[in-house]
Amino acid sequence: MNKDLIVEKINYFLVDEFEVETESIEPKANLKETLELDSLDFVDLVVAVEANFGVKLTGEDFLNVITLQDFYDLIEARMA
Amino acid sequence: MGIYSCIGKNLQEVKESLYAGKSGIIFDQNRKDFGYRSCLTGWVEEPNLKAQLSRRERISIGEEGAYAYTATIEALKNAKIDQEFLDANDVGILYGNDSTARSVVESVDKIREKKDTTLVGSGAIFKAMNSSVTMNLATLFKLKGINFTISAACASGSHAVGMAYYLIKSGLQDCIISGGAQEINEFAMGSFDGLGVFSTHTDPTKASRPFDQNRDGLVPSGGAATIIVESYESAIKRGAPILGEIIGYGFSSNGDHISTPNVEGPAKAMKMALKQANLNPSEVDYVNAHATSTLAGDANEALAIAEVFGDKGPLVSSTKSMTGHECWMAGASEVIYSMLMMEHSFVAPNINLETPDEAAKKLNLVNKTLNKKIDVFLSNSFGFGGTNSALIIKKCKQ
Repeated sequence: MNKDLIVEKINYFLVDEFEVETESIEPKANLKETLELDSLDFVDLVVAVEANFGVKLTGEDFLNVITLQDFYDLIEARMA
Repeated sequence: MGIYSCIGKNLQEVKESLYAGKSGIIFDQNRKDFGYRSCLTGWVEEPNLKAQLSRRERISIGEEGAYAYTATIEALKNAKIDQEFLDANDVGILYGNDSTARSVVESVDKIREKKDTTLVGSGAIFKAMNSSVTMNLATLFKLKGINFTISAACASGSHAVGMAYYLIKSGLQDCIISGGAQEINEFAMGSFDGLGVFSTHTDPTKASRPFDQNRDGLVPSGGAATIIVESYESAIKRGAPILGEIIGYGFSSNGDHISTPNVEGPAKAMKMALKQANLNPSEVDYVNAHATSTLAGDANEALAIAEVFGDKGPLVSSTKSMTGHECWMAGASEVIYSMLMMEHSFVAPNINLETPDEAAKKLNLVNKTLNKKIDVFLSNSFGFGGTNSALIIKKCKQ
């Protein structure tokens, strides 16, 4: 899966499932602030990633994920 | 009060259905495909709460919680309670619920499939616990008073209202959101259907026929009903309409069979409620019977009512003839049905009652809508394990 498709899929489920405003989505956006994530939401991000990419993450995988770009990079690395 | 049921999604619709004697029972193909012996159910669609609740709020609320939320929004509005009032007062919640089968089944199926508990998602636990309704509503409405679920089988909703009454009466609380919720899906009632006590009548609207000698079982149903129980002073202070006054809550346990009801237990609960209300039996105008359309249950309740009130006592009907058996919700919804009758001066019919059985002949049964002023009613609710509840409510003369 190429990077553009990864970005497209992530952006889609952020808007569709997590109800993030489309205009808030940009690579530099802070993931926690943009999604207003709490600890429960990280569980649902793990679910969404598994459903969309077949990749199983854990909460620890998100420790170094600050921005949306970090999130894209994490998935790209795990898909490689 | 607020209600979301198979005979109407709000008080106005429900009142019209009750007056018209309209059935809310359908044939459910899902149950046929799932292996049910009886495929009948009361049915109302699950409300779509996307416009009202955020994603985080919605993923934690199950089917029964969605019904309860919808009924509670209507109840709060009618009681003139807004968020400002909820923030400023220790309002509590006591709600009847006794299953969350669909949420449990779906989450366990997901874990079985994925072999990973994380992939069940963050909302599953809050939907699957029996206290799902109270934990969700208490969070959504930011409640700060008492907060727990009452599980007492098909008397859950009635005991919730009764316990709210006791807490108000004792002065421990001033205002409590009470009620009952019941899920409607094929997962919830399969094991109940397996007992062979559901009706297999070919016409859904004719299937639930409490007290009729040709009844062949109950029809499950569901939804939610919310009743705001509060002290007189609290209601007056807010300028809320006072619809009725709870004056008796009788309870008992049969100490007998797990599923077959008896006569003594229900009679004891009704007598306790009457004593507490300081009423003679003749002062009760209407009894909303628990009668579910089962052979033993209806007959034993008829004998119990006759024992307490004498032959041909107060007017009696079972609204389950229209709604089916709303189980954990029934004790609360049937208070609302009776309250609507009291407010609008009529007795809703026990539809499908064509030939009363021997025990029912002792009762003053109403099988056609009767325009009649009601000042006091008693509502019966009984459940598996022999749990009994009887509530007496009178019209409030402000």
